[in-house]
Amino acid sequence: MSSDQPFITDESRVVTQTRDSRMEGQGDRFNSRLREAFGSSPFILTKFDKFLNWCRGSSMFMLQFGIACCSIEMMHTYAVKHDLDRFGSGVPRASPRQADVMIVPGTIVSKFAPRMKRVYDQMPEPKFVVGMGSCTISGGPFQEGYNVIKGAEEVIPIDIHVPGCPPRPEALVYGVVKLQERIANGEAAPVTVKPYELEEFSDLERDELVETLADQIDEDELVMRYNFADSP
Amino acid sequence: MSLEVPDTTETDEVPERTPDELAALLGDLVIDRDDHLNAPGFVIRPDAVQETLSRLKQEAGYDHLSLVTAQEYENRYESIYHLKKFDDPTQEVSVVVPADKDRPVSESGEAVFRTADWHEREAYDLIGIEYDDHPDLRRILLPETWQGHPLSMDYDKDRPQIATLPEHANPLADHHRDAESDTMFLNIGPHHPATHGVLHLKTILDGEQVIDVEPDIGYLHRCEEQMAQSGTYRHQIMPYPDRWDYISAGLLNEWAYARAAEDLADIDVPEYAQVIRTMGAEMCRIAAHMLALATFALDVNGDFTATFMYAINDRERVQDLLEDLTGQRLMFNYFRLGGVVWDLPEPREEFFSKTRDFLDQLPGSVEEYHDLVTANEIFQMRTIDTGILPPAVAKDYGATGPVARGSGIDYDLRRDDPYGYYDELDWDVVTEDGCDNYSRLLVRMREVEESAKIIEQCVDLLEDWPEDERTIQANVPRTLRPDDDTEIYRAVEAAKGELGIYMRADGTDKPARFKIRSPCFSNLQTLPEMANGEYIPDVIAALGSLDIVLGEVDR
Repeated sequence: MSSDQPFITDESRVVTQTRDSRMEGQGDRFNSRLREAFGSSPFILTKFDKFLNWCRGSSMFMLQFGIACCSIEMMHTYAVKHDLDRFGSGVPRASPRQADVMIVPGTIVSKFAPRMKRVYDQMPEPKFVVGMGSCTISGGPFQEGYNVIKGAEEVIPIDIHVPGCPPRPEALVYGVVKLQERIANGEAAPVTVKPYELEEFSDLERDELVETLADQIDEDELVMRYNFADSP
Repeated sequence: MSLEVPDTTETDEVPERTPDELAALLGDLVIDRDDHLNAPGFVIRPDAVQETLSRLKQEAGYDHLSLVTAQEYENRYESIYHLKKFDDPTQEVSVVVPADKDRPVSESGEAVFRTADWHEREAYDLIGIEYDDHPDLRRILLPETWQGHPLSMDYDKDRPQIATLPEHANPLADHHRDAESDTMFLNIGPHHPATHGVLHLKTILDGEQVIDVEPDIGYLHRCEEQMAQSGTYRHQIMPYPDRWDYISAGLLNEWAYARAAEDLADIDVPEYAQVIRTMGAEMCRIAAHMLALATFALDVNGDFTATFMYAINDRERVQDLLEDLTGQRLMFNYFRLGGVVWDLPEPREEFFSKTRDFLDQLPGSVEEYHDLVTANEIFQMRTIDTGILPPAVAKDYGATGPVARGSGIDYDLRRDDPYGYYDELDWDVVTEDGCDNYSRLLVRMREVEESAKIIEQCVDLLEDWPEDERTIQANVPRTLRPDDDTEIYRAVEAAKGELGIYMRADGTDKPARFKIRSPCFSNLQTLPEMANGEYIPDVIAALGSLDIVLGEVDR
C-alpha cells in the first residue's frame, strides 16, 4: 500500500488540501488513502486470498515470548522510542492462542525446545515466526555448547531471520516489516529440514539410549530426541 | 555508611584469624593445604564437610557460603566451598574436598548452609560428584533424562539425548489441612510473562494460597562455563560475560571476569581506565535497575503500563550514553584485561554534557517514579509486608545485592572489598529494613541515585584528567599463560549482587576450570521461603522483587 505522494511538510499546502477535501465531503476524507490506491470506483475487485493476506499483514498480534538477551531488545522495540505499534504489529499477547506471530528472541536449549514446540503448536493457523538473533539461526556464540540447539529452525519453521547479537530494535522492526510484506504477498512459511519432533516415547526407534531410559520414561510421555552428531 | 570512613573500623569489629589459627581450629579434619590466591585453602576428609563448615561458621564467623565449585582432575574429583564473612568479605577461606575418581562421593554441606542445596545439585549435574545426606540430589540445569555429566572429562558432546515434556502430577494431591481444603497443582512458566524469562515454577495452591513453590530452572542453560573454558584469557572470554546478566549489566559482568583474570595474571590497571570502568559500570547499574523497576511494575500493575514506558524511556537515555562510550547498545565487550578498549568518545565535551544532562533530569524522573509507583496506595498494599525475607534466612541462602540489602544486610562489595575507583569516591550503601517486596524495590530506586552520584564524580575527574596521562590499557602480553595450578576466586558487586568467578589455570592460555557464581542463582533459591503461605499474586510480586535474570541463573 505505498503511496507515491510524498509526505507534505509545507503547512500552507496541508491547510489548503484539508479544506479542499472537507469541501468534497466526508467520504473522501475518510477514505483518501484507500481511494487513491483503488481509483475512483467505490468497488474493489481483488482476489479474496489477496485481500485477506493484506489484512493479515496489516494487523499482527505478537506473542509475548521472552527467552534470552534478545528479549530485552524486543521489549525496547515494543516500548517508547522504537514503538513497533506504528507498523500495526505492536500488540503483545501473553497467550499463544491469541497470537499470530512468534518472535523467538534467544538461545534454544535442550530443556526448552519441547516447550517452545508446544507453544508454537498452540498458536492458531496461520502463524508466522520471526527468528531474532544469531542463536536462532545457528546457536550463535553458544553453538559449541553441549546443551544448545543449533538454531530454532531445527524445532519450528521460521519465516524471517534477523541476524545480530542482539539485533538492534531497528533491525527487528525491519524484520517485522519484511514479514508483513511477505504475508501480504502470500508467501508460504518455509518447512524445517529434519526437525526435532515432539513424539511419544514408544514411537522412538529402539536403540541403546532408548533402552537405558525405558524405565524412567512412560510409554506415552512426549519426548524430543536430539541427534547432536547430525547437527550442522 | 560513607566510604570516607576508613576500612580499619570494619576490621576492628571482625577479628581475622590467621591460616594457622584456622588450621588449629579444624585440627585433624585437615589432611592437607591447598592455598588459593584469594584465600587459604584446607583440604579436608570427604566425610567431614559438615563438621568443618559448621566449625568455620560457628566459631570463626565465616557465615557466607559464596560458591561451591566442583571440578575433575586426572586423578580425583574436587569440591571447593568458598566461604566469606558478611561483615568483612575480604576474609575468605576455601574448603577443598577431594573425592575418589572411581566413585566420587563426599558429604553434603546443606545442613550447615541451605544455599549448598542448589550448588551441590549443580555440581552433581555438570560434574558428577554425589553428595551424601543431600536432601534432594537431582539434576538441576539439564533435563532429568540427560545422559552423562557434561563438564566431566570423558563426556562426549555428540551423543544423542532425549528431553521430556512431562505432565506434572500433584505431589501434594492428598494434602488436606482440613476437610474443606483441596490442593491444586499449577505450572507457572516456562513461558509466562511474569517469570522474567524462561523460569518454571511448580506451584501447589490451596485455594488462593500457595503452600509450596519449587523453581525449576535450566531452560536457558547455554553452557557459559564450557564456553569460557574453551576461550583464551586475553580476548575470547570477554564477550561472554555480557550475556550472563543481559539486562544491560554488561560492564558489571565484564568487570567480574576482568578483576579475576587481572588478579590471576597479576596485571595492574591504569587509574584513568579504572575511572572510566567505574563510570560505565554505574551507568549499567542504572539501566539494570530501571528495567527491574519497569518489570516489577508490570508484574504488580498488569499490562504494558505507564511505569514500564517511563522506565524504558530512562533506560534508552542511559543506553544512548553507553552506546556513545562503547559502540554497542547491549553487549558492550568494552573491558580488556588491563583496561578498556578505547577512550571516551570525541568530542569529549559533548559526551560529558550529554551525561550531565542525563544526571540533571534523573532526580526528576526518580521523583516521578515515587509518585507513580512507591507512593501508590494500591501498590503499597500489594508489596508492603509481603514476601518477607528475614536477614538470617537471606544469609543462610547466600542472598546478596539489593535482595540482601532490602533485608537490612549491610553488604556491598564495592565498599567492603573495594575495587576500581569506588573507594576514592563519596557515596553510600543503601539498606532498608523492611525485608519485604517494597524494601527491595526501594533499595534499587535509591541505588540509582547513588550511582548517579558516582557517575557525576567520575565525570568531574575525567574532565580534568591531564591529556598526557590518559592511559586506557596497561601493557599486557598478547597471550596470557598464568602459572600452572594457581586458583583464584574473585567477586564484584553486579546489579543483582555478588558476581564471582573462580578460575584455575593449568599453564595454558585457557582456564582449566571457569566457574561463575551467579547472584541470581542464590537469590532465586530464597523464593520458596518468601512465597510459601502467601497468596498467588504475592508470589509473582516476590519473584519480581528478586529481579532475577535467567541467563545468569542458568548460565
